[in-house]
Amino acid sequence: MKKQKINITIDGIKLAVDEQCSILDAAKKVNIHIPTLCHHEDLCVAGNCRICVVEVEGQRALSASCATPVAEGMVIKTNTAKVRKARKDVAALLVAEHNTQCTTCYRSMNCELQEIAAEYNVDNNTYISLVDPNYTIDRSSWSIEKDDSKCIRCQRCVRTCAELQHVNALTVANKGKEMKISTFLDLPLNEVVCTNCGQCINRCPTGALTERRFYDDLWDAIDDPKKHVVMNTAPSVRVALGEMLGYPVGTRVTGKMVTAMKKIGMDSVLDTDFTADLTIIEEGTELLGRLKKILVEGNKEVKLPMLTSCSPGWIKFIEHMYPNHLGHLSTCKSPQQMFGALAKTYYAEKMGIDPADVVSVAIMPCAAKKFEANRPEMNSSGYQDVDAGLTTRELGYMIRQAGVDFLHLEDSDYDSLMGESTGAGAIFGATGGVMEAALRTVYEVVTGREVPFDNLRITPVRGTDGVKEASIKLENLLDEWKFLEGVEVKVAVAHGLKNARIIMDQVEAGTSPYHFIEVMACPGGCIGGGGQPIPTNEEIRKKRIEAIYAEDEGMPKRKSHENTEVQKLYKEWLGEVNGHKAHELLHTHYTKRNRY
Amino acid sequence: MAPSNGLKRVDVIFGAYASTKYLILQKSIRREKQEIIQDIIDSGLRGRGGAGFPTGLKWKFAAAQPGNEKYVICNADEGEPGTFKDREILMKVPQKMISGMAICAYVIGATKAYIYLRGEYQFMVPDLQMELDNFHEQAREMNFDLTIELRMGSGAYVCGEETALIESMEGKRGEPRNKPPFPVVEGFHGKPTVVNNVETFVNANMICRIGVEEFIKLGTQDSRGSKLFSISGDTPKAGVHELELGMKLSDFVAEFGDDDTKAVQVGGAAGFCVPRKKFDSTIIGFEGMPTGGSMMLFNSSRSMYHVLHNYLEFFEEESCGQCTPCRVGCQQLLLGIEAIKRQERPASYLNQLLKLSETMKIASKCGLGQSVANSFSSIVENYVEEMIY
Ligand SMILES: Cc1cc2nc3c(=O)[nH]c(=O)nc-3n(C[C@H](O)[C@H](O)[C@H](O)COP(=O)(O)O)c2cc1C
Ligand code: SF4
Ligand code: SF4
Ligand code: SF4
Ligand code: SF4
Ligand code: FES
Repeated sequence: MKKQKINITIDGIKLAVDEQCSILDAAKKVNIHIPTLCHHEDLCVAGNCRICVVEVEGQRALSASCATPVAEGMVIKTNTAKVRKARKDVAALLVAEHNTQCTTCYRSMNCELQEIAAEYNVDNNTYISLVDPNYTIDRSSWSIEKDDSKCIRCQRCVRTCAELQHVNALTVANKGKEMKISTFLDLPLNEVVCTNCGQCINRCPTGALTERRFYDDLWDAIDDPKKHVVMNTAPSVRVALGEMLGYPVGTRVTGKMVTAMKKIGMDSVLDTDFTADLTIIEEGTELLGRLKKILVEGNKEVKLPMLTSCSPGWIKFIEHMYPNHLGHLSTCKSPQQMFGALAKTYYAEKMGIDPADVVSVAIMPCAAKKFEANRPEMNSSGYQDVDAGLTTRELGYMIRQAGVDFLHLEDSDYDSLMGESTGAGAIFGATGGVMEAALRTVYEVVTGREVPFDNLRITPVRGTDGVKEASIKLENLLDEWKFLEGVEVKVAVAHGLKNARIIMDQVEAGTSPYHFIEVMACPGGCIGGGGQPIPTNEEIRKKRIEAIYAEDEGMPKRKSHENTEVQKLYKEWLGEVNGHKAHELLHTHYTKRNRY
Repeated sequence: MAPSNGLKRVDVIFGAYASTKYLILQKSIRREKQEIIQDIIDSGLRGRGGAGFPTGLKWKFAAAQPGNEKYVICNADEGEPGTFKDREILMKVPQKMISGMAICAYVIGATKAYIYLRGEYQFMVPDLQMELDNFHEQAREMNFDLTIELRMGSGAYVCGEETALIESMEGKRGEPRNKPPFPVVEGFHGKPTVVNNVETFVNANMICRIGVEEFIKLGTQDSRGSKLFSISGDTPKAGVHELELGMKLSDFVAEFGDDDTKAVQVGGAAGFCVPRKKFDSTIIGFEGMPTGGSMMLFNSSRSMYHVLHNYLEFFEEESCGQCTPCRVGCQQLLLGIEAIKRQERPASYLNQLLKLSETMKIASKCGLGQSVANSFSSIVENYVEEMIY
């Protein structure tokens, strides 16, 4: 059936658009800019900020262009005195309600309210300020900072938490002038179901929601000559950092990022991809171990499907929402935590540094990593394994503060030890990447052959579908793995906690058909993490994903088990894979939490 | 100016007919649905909840929607300050309202209907439930498939707005939705839904009883029928009175005033304030000044500043708070008139506030924010001196 087209006129331009297209989207098609605040491409329509109003011929009131579908013959005007005055008034009202502190605000120059207020040249004194002089900021969470005095009540955060994450940690409370964004019983963020994923931050148009910042602590450590600062950068940071420093979306800035960090004064710049490879070895072995226990030993205690455990937002989610199914989680720590544990043991020993002087810092695409670093159990090195988890955004700030001319930097390589990585580690940054890396290794371990996919691209687990599935038949296996002969390994990949729920409801119902499932808390995986440059949308996430796979294909080695530094780690220090020492340092346990 | 029909008392809403046997319904469900819809259209009946949308058209749209899951909702939230006429209907002639709802369900093809009852009317629940039980019994005997359920309101004024009402019935926060889509297309649970006021259903039932011809003898060309008025304030005759629509406000004041009436607030907080000098030129009806029924009289002892102040306090609190013009605008209007009174802002700031109320009127998301300007500008413009000094 041919889709019906709707004929409309916008500012004198005639065009035909699809049914259900909003006026806003129609205007975009003819390059007419309409300001928006509550609208976000990833979320359902709210229509509450009213900055996007336009005039529709024949109607007394203005229409919110984001929330109004086109109709046949509609004549729309986006630039009339009535429209401009109303928009300016709306902006002025928001400013009157807003604790305007642009000179000191973390979101300054990256703030949608600031941009609109500037565009309409709003006068701060038009209306009476509504800011409560006794306002407080919720800094209870390790990850998320909530400053209601900068909130414009657009509800993007509420919609993010509900629609994309199915967490509902944030809600709208009260009405009228008391209306605000709140939590269950107005409890502080660290006492509610918040997973620390930071997706709300990425969609907040203002500085009302930000990550807790720790970069000043890091500057202190750098400036302290006694401290040895070891930095590791997550796979997805290198494909997004450039956005903050003058590069187009999807640019890989790996070499420049390493140079910049060295210039800033880090003592050693290493790669989280190294522990990503290590995770694959540990987790892949754990999976094979579980399969063996079930198939050969008939052990009923062992849980399948096994669930990945590298996304701390996902971990907190399952701890809250499915506390009786924690046995399905791989016991492997995330690459960040493995790195921290090794930095203060293996690395310190090999480099001859007192572990007490090692400051281990992770640069992450993530807000939840901050909470994870501060989990009480994360101290297997005898110290807090990871001293600080910083976001991509914080690193961007540090580079700017250091006066580094990022655009004109030469490239450099990661330092060693723990700086080597493979393409398999790199793709951890995109949804499906952990699964792909695991399959590349596990399949080869049991068959002695490479995965049967063109150029190692396991395409069924790639892409931005919410839940992806794949299966591989295991045939002609090596002797040691004959018990798996003929088994069709079924895997699934979910990203965004909404999709994690789909997967977990199956697990809970006992109907999950899979052996192994990768879950990432954030839409798109880490490239869409809560610590990544703002804004985010499907197009941006896709470009970052492309960059990740390009990074993979540019690597000389693309399978985790080929990482020679990892091999050396086991041979010289760690001993057996999944062995005693590995368990002590690289594995963890989980905590049951309440559903509210 | 349209001719007024003077002040005429009538007694059809509470009067005469109230059958426990639902005879009008029995008669109606043997008629063609289109015929009933046409009658309602021809009667010129317009919604009695305030907005005045033609009822026949609303039913026609809903009837034309595909699918067999549709709903009828009776809006008995009655939250407008100074309005208490639905309460009388609910207590005295609930059968007429229920019958109207059932006829509506029949013509649009709904088998489920709800009465969304103002929280404060909890005390009526036993009686209403008894009448509903009777209705269900009668309906069974007629072989007419309709269940009517009572739902309690949440106590928020905005939940009287039809889409907020639906959200609240769905267990969500009572926030108005974007329109379009209108409830007749996507209402309760996303299905076609007719939301009408209590009195509107009573009128629809009446039209089915007395016929279009009799009905249009009441009122004027543009304002057919009679209307229940909730009369309050400085009047010796406070209470609910049924009058034909289309009268001059001066006739109304002559009957209900206390000889010192300074202003009449027509339509509650969301309505307009008419000063004495305009009584003679104001028609109460859709051709002039429509009202959901609230008529509040003020005599010369009243400070219009305080009247306005009260309304703004009400709006500031009752706004659902989701949209900028209404949430922030209500607070600014209130703070603004206070600041002028205290001489912290110049008198000219009133102009800024009037402009703001205009923005609220055209840019707010729902009728609440859009109507604040009605009382604000009509009071400010007519009583500037009371605002400043
Ligand atoms: C803030 C607000 C409050 C309202 N409260 C009521 C109410 O209490 N009762 C009512 O019937 N309509 C109320 N309405 C109007 C309804 O939205 C709707 O138009 C009406 O129920 C339709 O019925 P009618 O066509 O029979 O009048 C309110 C509208 C607004 C904007
Ligand atoms: S949130 Fe935006 S407008 Fe507000 S202080 Fe920060 S930068 Fe300025
Ligand atoms: S961090 Fe994630 S879980 Fe927490 S409130 Fe924000 S979106 Fe919800
Ligand atoms: S916290 Fe941010 S996203 Fe949430 S309502 Fe406030 S401004 Fe909008
Ligand atoms: S106009 Fe007021 S009541 Fe209506 S949606 Fe906006 S804030 Fe809510
Ligand atoms: S962007 Fe359209 S109402 Fe907010």
